[in-house]
Amino acid sequence: MVGHVDGGGSRGPTRVSSVTAKATAKATAKATAKATAKATAKATAKATAKATARVIARPRGRGVRQSMSGLHTWAGLLVGWILYAMFLTGTVSYFKDEISQWMRPEIARRQSAPDPAAAAQRVADTLAVLAAGSPQWSIQLPTARSNIVNAFWRTPGAKASKRGHEEAAFDPATGHRLAARDTLGGEFFYRFHYQFYYLPAMWGRWLAGLCAMFMLVAIISGVMTHKKIFADFFTFRWGKGQRSWLDAHNALSVFGLPFHFMITYTGLVMLMTMYMPWGAMTALQTQSQRQALNIQLSAFIPPGKPAHIEAPLARVDAMVREAQTRWGTDDVLRVTATNPGDASARVIVSRGDSERVSASPQFLLFDGATGKLLEAKERVGAAAETRGVLYALHMGRFGDLQLRWLYFLVGLGGTAMVGTGLVMWTVKRRQNLPDPQRPYFGFRLVERLNVAVIAGLSIAMTGYVWANRLLPVSVANRAHVEIDVFFAVWAAAWLYALARPAKRAWIELLWCAAVLLALVPVLNALTTERPFWRSVAVGDWVYAGFDLAMWAFAALHATLALRTARYRPRIRTTRRGEAVSQPQGR
Amino acid sequence: MHVPETPLHRETVDRLHRPGGIGPLVARIVGAIFGGYALAMLSSVAALVLPMPAPQAVLTGMLASFIVYAGAVIWVFIARSSLRAWAGLLMAAVPLALAAWSAMSMAAAAGGRLA
Repeated sequence: MVGHVDGGGSRGPTRVSSVTAKATAKATAKATAKATAKATAKATAKATAKATARVIARPRGRGVRQSMSGLHTWAGLLVGWILYAMFLTGTVSYFKDEISQWMRPEIARRQSAPDPAAAAQRVADTLAVLAAGSPQWSIQLPTARSNIVNAFWRTPGAKASKRGHEEAAFDPATGHRLAARDTLGGEFFYRFHYQFYYLPAMWGRWLAGLCAMFMLVAIISGVMTHKKIFADFFTFRWGKGQRSWLDAHNALSVFGLPFHFMITYTGLVMLMTMYMPWGAMTALQTQSQRQALNIQLSAFIPPGKPAHIEAPLARVDAMVREAQTRWGTDDVLRVTATNPGDASARVIVSRGDSERVSASPQFLLFDGATGKLLEAKERVGAAAETRGVLYALHMGRFGDLQLRWLYFLVGLGGTAMVGTGLVMWTVKRRQNLPDPQRPYFGFRLVERLNVAVIAGLSIAMTGYVWANRLLPVSVANRAHVEIDVFFAVWAAAWLYALARPAKRAWIELLWCAAVLLALVPVLNALTTERPFWRSVAVGDWVYAGFDLAMWAFAALHATLALRTARYRPRIRTTRRGEAVSQPQGR
Repeated sequence: MHVPETPLHRETVDRLHRPGGIGPLVARIVGAIFGGYALAMLSSVAALVLPMPAPQAVLTGMLASFIVYAGAVIWVFIARSSLRAWAGLLMAAVPLALAAWSAMSMAAAAGGRLA
C-alpha cells in the first residue's frame, strides 16, 4: 500500500513519502484499533481507503512539497560543506575575544577591565610616533572581555587603490606594541567565516554571500517540505538509521529555526552594500550623496584635505570621557582620527553595541586640534536603524555571558543541522545502492567530502590551537604560519579521508580529533605557566573555561566515534519491513 | 542509482532520454540564480520610488532584495513547468522594472540639475 501511495514505483524513502508512510501507518494503526473494538473488518478497509483518498485528493500540495524537498536537498548539498565550515567557525567566533586571550598566554589575566579612556590616550601617543604622517588611524577600545587594544592605520603615502593599511595589537596598560606571540587568535575564525583565506577578501565575501543565499533557500524550502512541522519536532526515533538522522535533522532545524533564519538573513544584510549596490549606484551619484549613505552605515569619515599646519592632537582621553558620560562607561567602541597631527584633524568617538541591540553608527565628532565637540550624531534613519538592529543581532554583542552561551549552543545546533543534513544524503541513498560494494561516483564523493569537512575541520581547528602553543615565538610571519598549519592539517585530513574506507575514515578521524582536543589542556599545562588547576585556583574562567570546552568537545567527538563504530547500515531494507516496524516503534 | 521521485526529477529523467536534454532543469537553475538576482536587483532600484530620503530608500531596497531573491528561487522550483517559472519571473519583473525606470529617470533628472 505504501508503494501504491508513493506511486511511480519509487523505492526510496524520500522525505515526502516517509511523511505519507507515517500518515498511512498511523491511520492504519488507528483503524486497526477501531476495527478490533468493533470487530469489523469493514472499518479497516474504509479507513485505509480514506487515508489513500486523502493523499491522492491533494496532488498539487504533494507536488509542492516534493519540489521543495528536491530544492532543499540540492541547495543544501551543493554548498553544504562550505556552510558547515561557515557555521562552525562563525559559532566559535562568539567567543573570539576569549579564544584570543587564550592564544596570547603571555598577557596576564586582568582582574578588572582597563580604563578605556586612559588606554585610548596611551595607544594614541604610541601611534603618533609609530604611524606618524598617517592620514587615518583607528583604535578599538578594550572591553571587559578583551585584554588588548587593536588598532589599524593607513600607511602614510600609500595610494588608495593599494592595500594601504597596517594593523597591530597594543597593551592597554602601557600603550606599547604587544609583547606577546604573534597570532590572529579567534579573529582568524571570525574572518574565515565570511571571507575565507588565501583568496582575495572580495571573492571570499561573494562566495560567502552565495552560500548564505543557498542557505536561506534551503531553510525556506526545508520548512515547506514539512507537512506537520510541530509534530515532527516532537518526534524522535532512536536507533532507526535513516529515520533517526531525519528526526535529528528536524529537531535541530526546528528548534533553532528562528535563529538559523535570522543568522542567515542578517549575514547577508551585513554585506548588503556589496551584494546589492544597484540602488545606491542609481540614486547616489555625487560624492556628498554617497557620504550621506555611508554615515548611516558606519562611523567613519574620509580624511579631508590636510591643512599642512602642524598641530598636536588634543587629549583623546577627555573625548572618550565625554562619550562615556553620554553612553555609559563600557559602551565606547572606537576612536578614529583623520589627519592627526595636522590643524585639520578630526576625531570620531563611536558608540559600541554592548548596551543596545543595534550597531547603527552613533558618534561624537571632535576638532582634533582643539578638542572641541563639533557634532553629536546619535540618530540614523529608520531603514538604517533596522539594518543596525539586524547587524547587532548577528554579532550578539549586546547580551551578557548567558546570552552569549545561548548563541553559541544554538549556533552549534545549526552546525549540527548542516552536518546531519549532509550525512543524511548518504544514509538515505545507501539503502538503495544497486551494488553496496561499489557505490557510484557521486555517492563516494559526498561520502568522502563529509568525512573530510566534518571530521577534518575539527582536527584543523584543533591543529591551529596546537600550532599556537608549539610554533616558536621567533618564527617569521608567525600569525600566518599558524593559519598555514590549520590548512595543512585540514589538507592531511582530506587525503586521509580519500585514502581510507569511508567508515574507517570517520571513526579514525573522529578519534584523532577527540585525542587532539583532549590533549589541548595538557599541552597548555606543559607550555605555559597557566595550567588548568592554577586557572581554577585563581578563578581565571577564560582559561579554565577554554580547557573545559576542549574536554567537552573531545567527549563529543569520542561519542560520535563510538556511535559510528557501532552503526550498521541497513542495506536494501524492504519498504514493507519499514512500514510494519514503524507503528511498533512508537 | 536511486534519486528521489519529484516532479523536478521526473522532468529531468524524461528529458534525459530525449533530444533537448536537461533543458528545463537548466532553465530553472538559470532562472533561479540569475533571474532571481535580476529580480532582486530590480526591486532594490524600484524601492527608490518610496517616499523617504534617498539613503533610507536605498537601504530599504537592499534589505528587501534578499527576501525577493529567496522568494523568486522558491517560485521557480514550485512552478509546474520551467516555462511557467520564467513567465512568473517576467510578470513580477514588469511592475518592478517600471518603478525602477521611473526611479532612474528621477535620479538622472536630479543629477542633471546638480551638474
